[in-house]
Amino acid sequence: MKISREDVVRVAELAHLGLTPEEVEKYREQLDAILTYVEKMNELDLEKLEPMAQVLHAAGGDRHPELREDTLQPCDAAAPILAQASDAANPFFRVPRVIER
Amino acid sequence: MSTPTTWTIAGVRAALESKKISARELAAEFYARINARNAELNAFLTLSPERAYAQADRIDATIARGGALPPLAGVPIAIKDVLSTRGIRTTCASKILENYVPPYDATAVERLDGAGAVFLGKTNCDEFAMGGSNENSAYGPVRNPVAPDRVPGGSSGGSAAAVAAGLAVAALGTDTGGSIRQPGAYCGVPGLMPTYGRVSRYGLVAFASSLDKIGPLTSNVADAAALMQAIAGHDLNDSTSADLPVPNYSAELDKPLDWLRIGVPEDYFGEGIEPDVKAKVEAGIALLNKLGCRRVPLKMPHTDYAIAAYYLIATAEASSNLARYDGVRYGLRVPGSTLTEMYRNTRERGFGPEVKRRIMLGTYALSAGYYDAYYLRAQKVRALIAQDFSDAFQKVDVIVTPTSPTPAFRLGEKTADPLQMYLADIYTVTGSLAGVPGISVPCGMTKAGLPVGMQIFGPHFSEARVMQVAHAFEKAGGASV
Repeated sequence: MKISREDVVRVAELAHLGLTPEEVEKYREQLDAILTYVEKMNELDLEKLEPMAQVLHAAGGDRHPELREDTLQPCDAAAPILAQASDAANPFFRVPRVIER
Repeated sequence: MSTPTTWTIAGVRAALESKKISARELAAEFYARINARNAELNAFLTLSPERAYAQADRIDATIARGGALPPLAGVPIAIKDVLSTRGIRTTCASKILENYVPPYDATAVERLDGAGAVFLGKTNCDEFAMGGSNENSAYGPVRNPVAPDRVPGGSSGGSAAAVAAGLAVAALGTDTGGSIRQPGAYCGVPGLMPTYGRVSRYGLVAFASSLDKIGPLTSNVADAAALMQAIAGHDLNDSTSADLPVPNYSAELDKPLDWLRIGVPEDYFGEGIEPDVKAKVEAGIALLNKLGCRRVPLKMPHTDYAIAAYYLIATAEASSNLARYDGVRYGLRVPGSTLTEMYRNTRERGFGPEVKRRIMLGTYALSAGYYDAYYLRAQKVRALIAQDFSDAFQKVDVIVTPTSPTPAFRLGEKTADPLQMYLADIYTVTGSLAGVPGISVPCGMTKAGLPVGMQIFGPHFSEARVMQVAHAFEKAGGASV
């Protein structure tokens, strides 16, 4: 067994996901099957390889992503953005109290 | 007025220029088609007639004053619902974004708008593009127009079904591990995944940022080239978009195949492939041979490890990207007495089972003590798979494989076992990890009458070559080999 019920509960907590006890068991079984499957990577000798995070460098030869000029761009989007929030008090988003005193 | 059943981009242009139909009438015809079939197929989640008719009227006004028409003038297009559309609801087929209306257009969408396209609406898909059958949509599955008891593939199932059923002339999809190519194959239409960085991802709701690509699903390869012409190119708003010139794709299509070397990797024809699919793709390769291509046998020895690497990398990136759905700034908020409880309630209610599964897997693969064993190892396997491709392209010009080991399967057939569903992505995730372009092009039918897709990979930024081969194949009758 690769992953225990306690692992599943801990991971759900890290990911801010609420799970029912039935879901915990269902995900435990499914994640266990997947994690067992990916073990096949251990057949390969990976010791000396560099991890590959993305392909852009490989794709563009020596073309690293260039950073653009750091200049101000007009962005008058606060109103439509705040309009998408379920609880906003311009110019803020409101959330439940974080600090008790 | 008689109108052809299958509209192409060239057909739309000819009809508009000769005033056989107005852009507004054409949009209305497509809405009539959608109204007639969408209840059954569930390909569209949101229709956007207000914007479509405004776009169509702009084109009609240009025609009326004798102005020059933009390249996609009046072309009715469907957009996958993971692409941001200004003023049009964008749900990602998730409950967590059920009422989200983006204040801006994705760059690819904005460029289609600039090219004169008409946006019919937003197409159904797997939630946050996570899935290969469209059964993970929070708004119900899409049915395959070729065989309505079967899935259309996924995740761009709604886009593929809309084009295949004639409910849109063309569609935008997105491809992270096969999500354009596989539904293209299952619905019998061409679908192109461009090189990573060829099309800006700005405004594409992120799933796995090192793998996500935007590309066309169309009724023919020439239309894919026309859409690519509009959407490809550098964008300051996406630091991973490539600052390289965009070729004239349409002009390249009819170039002779010229003794092109096509690599056929034996690793893609082994265990698990349905005999019918294998036979059709072999027939497809024979047709390419007849067209003047030279067959070169290949080995791509790390193919069998691609699923493991892909599902660790994609879920790790997803777990990070989807952390933004916390109920604070947009989308669903489910109240809680503390901030953390609000996050948890919102995410519990807002995400479907597959999205939760992938967030959990990705979080686990990145968590302390497991990072080296899973995520880091997967990135090293990714390097080996990219190496397989660059080695192969030393010897061949394109690589030809089946798109999927099976044709479209029945609704519900694979939902009980997520791992089995993942394993079906074996032929598409390799190219995704390597970041190379790939197209799926229709390649005959199985005995049961289901479409088969042949996949053509090329080196980075070789979309023109990949479409050239697909176009020649299509013209030579590839869809009925």
